Amino acid sequence: MAIPSLTCVKSLWNREGGFLLATALSAKSLTRRTTAAPPELRKKPRPLELLIQVFLFACGAVSILTTLGIVYVLGSEAWLFFRSPEVDLVEFFTTTSWVPAVGQFGIWSLVNATMMTTTFAMIVALPLGLASAIYLSEYASPAVRNVLKPILEILAGIPTVVYGYFALTFMTPLLRSIFGRDVVEIYNTASAGLVMGILILPLVSSMSEDALSAVPRSLREAAYALGATRLETAVRIVVPGALSGITAAFILAVSRAVGETMIVAIAAGAGPTFTFNPFKAAETMTGHIVRISGGDLSYDSIDYDSIFAIGLMLFLMTLALNLISRAIMHRFREVYE
Amino acid sequence: MREFASPHVVTQPGPAPFGEDTQLKRNLLARHRTGTIWHALFLLALMISIIALTALIYNILDQTFGLVAIEVKMDPRELAQDGKPLEELTAKQLIKLLETYVSKGVLRRLKAEQPLEQRDREELLSLVYERVVQPKIVKSWSLTDSLLRRRGVEMEAAQKYPSAQLEFRSWLNPSFITRPQSSDPQMAGVRTAILGSLWTIAITILAAFPLGVGAAIYLEEYAADNTLNRIIQTNINNLAGVPSIIYGMLGLAIFVRALEPLTSGALIGGAVDPTTANGRTVMSAGLTLALLVLPLLIVNAQEAIRAVPSSLREAGYALGATKWQVIWHHVFPNALPGILTGTILSISRAMGETAPLIVVGASTYIVYDPYSPFSKFTTLPVQIYQWTARPQQEFRNLAAAAIVVLLVLLLSLNAAAILMRNRFSRRLI
Repeated sequence: MAIPSLTCVKSLWNREGGFLLATALSAKSLTRRTTAAPPELRKKPRPLELLIQVFLFACGAVSILTTLGIVYVLGSEAWLFFRSPEVDLVEFFTTTSWVPAVGQFGIWSLVNATMMTTTFAMIVALPLGLASAIYLSEYASPAVRNVLKPILEILAGIPTVVYGYFALTFMTPLLRSIFGRDVVEIYNTASAGLVMGILILPLVSSMSEDALSAVPRSLREAAYALGATRLETAVRIVVPGALSGITAAFILAVSRAVGETMIVAIAAGAGPTFTFNPFKAAETMTGHIVRISGGDLSYDSIDYDSIFAIGLMLFLMTLALNLISRAIMHRFREVYE
Repeated sequence: MREFASPHVVTQPGPAPFGEDTQLKRNLLARHRTGTIWHALFLLALMISIIALTALIYNILDQTFGLVAIEVKMDPRELAQDGKPLEELTAKQLIKLLETYVSKGVLRRLKAEQPLEQRDREELLSLVYERVVQPKIVKSWSLTDSLLRRRGVEMEAAQKYPSAQLEFRSWLNPSFITRPQSSDPQMAGVRTAILGSLWTIAITILAAFPLGVGAAIYLEEYAADNTLNRIIQTNINNLAGVPSIIYGMLGLAIFVRALEPLTSGALIGGAVDPTTANGRTVMSAGLTLALLVLPLLIVNAQEAIRAVPSSLREAGYALGATKWQVIWHHVFPNALPGILTGTILSISRAMGETAPLIVVGASTYIVYDPYSPFSKFTTLPVQIYQWTARPQQEFRNLAAAAIVVLLVLLLSLNAAAILMRNRFSRRLI
């Protein structure tokens, strides 16, 4: 742990003079002078200050411990799962049937459902989010922005369980009345995905808007000077200029959709099914974890270990997406001077 | 760019600089038409989110109020005595009613809980309703149906439930907030859930606030720019993106299982609650949520600390203060409003979390209020989830009413944060 005492301002209390004396000393000059300085001018050892600093560092280290905890917990329990005789690693990654009762553990039925809901969420969130961002950043007057932005913020602040309720009691009946009751099941991935899109829309819109407003005004003015319309400026100049930020927002949105839990737990269905029909019930990875752990779960069962294996998959997927998003943000950021 | 972006100016009729170049004009017109169309589309995209929000709120309110058909086992009118309706009977008459109509076994149990004579009139009256009248909701309708299709609803009720009485019911009412959880939708309330939420949030604040502010102070004031500190910073940013359910699994493995003696209260002794299911307590839930909101809280606190002008620090050092004195007496008080705003926002996030608490082991059904950090618990969002997951319409109504309670709580939290932010920004100017 580094103690940042270098080149920081040191204060010395001159006892005889009785007045304050503040001097900026570099570490080098400090060591040189302490040998010569009279004892009352030497740096006072302050154990309490050091103790406070150690405590504060420990607070910061809790975040590291959290990450290590997550990795350790998911890793060790997943290890137990993969080591157990019923589970075959190849089968886990290649088959599509998840029936713990008969020892079938094929992750693809869960992953497939997750991908279905995520796709539907993205169909809603990406175009609408980007369009909203373009409108807010390029078209809206400040007064309009001040009205519209809080609405998006309210949408972002509503708990996900409320969206789950909305999906089940509003979106599903709506889909059923459009496509017919025999086509659309009560629990289906389309309804959960569409509502999830509404949940994620504010995230896409606010991140994209930040990226769009970071594009300097001079670029827009140059485009207008060349006779471009507002749309042409927005689509051909501003959006390409903010592309890295927008891409990062899109990837982060996918990560959010993959990890989203309550909407799918309520509206997407209970019971892993491998289907590409969006109007059929299917259980996502997160939905499965919630359903299994919702009951009284015995700690030594294969079910208990299996949710940690799914959790590990989930963690790795979202972590990879987050890291890619961050890397794009840093690597491809257009630097405007 | 707004001053420049006035495309309509170009389309104004008048002497065009290019004379009678119709090709150019047509081209321009087409471009502007596309521009207008897309302008409308962009606005439409934004409108869709407003429509979604409206639909969501409408949908919830639609389910919170509405007509219900109630069937009773015993008509209250038959219970009237000496020409006085049931509501006006004295305590003695009510006890007599209970003794005549309630079976011996149930009566004995009620007396064992508390002798009937010692209960007050209100309680006896609700007992009569619960045990003698026994109203049962057989069907409920949405607010829209109740208002716009009243006749149809009445006909349907008369046809299907001839003995039932049609009544307008607000599922959100004072007794809904004060009653504990119950399997009877008419008797069910959210008191247990609200108290559970408050207990959990209290633990979360106690754990997350000092940790989060400490970490933020370290990162902003102490941390040198070295690899370790950069790792901590990156790590905090990454933790903010971890799905909440993963935190639930962390909490399940660490707080519920590994630290069970601590979180079930066994180590502290005396506080052990016989009804607790091992480590699935308020304590575990609160600590899990604390880990969940910590990254958010740290980032917010860091921003608040960064906003404190460095001249303030330098003035402190110039007067001979130590580093901690500067932080404690100058930086921290000035950053406090910002830190508190961030904390409230994190708390409102924690308040709405459901998935991690289900994984940590919120109880599916408890009727007793949590009374210590080592009690079993349920929270408002978990309660909403469980009611929503039931197939009966009445529980959907209950869920809607509970959602209204939750949203009002969150709204007031956020309003507090906004007020604080406004006050703070005014003071800085």
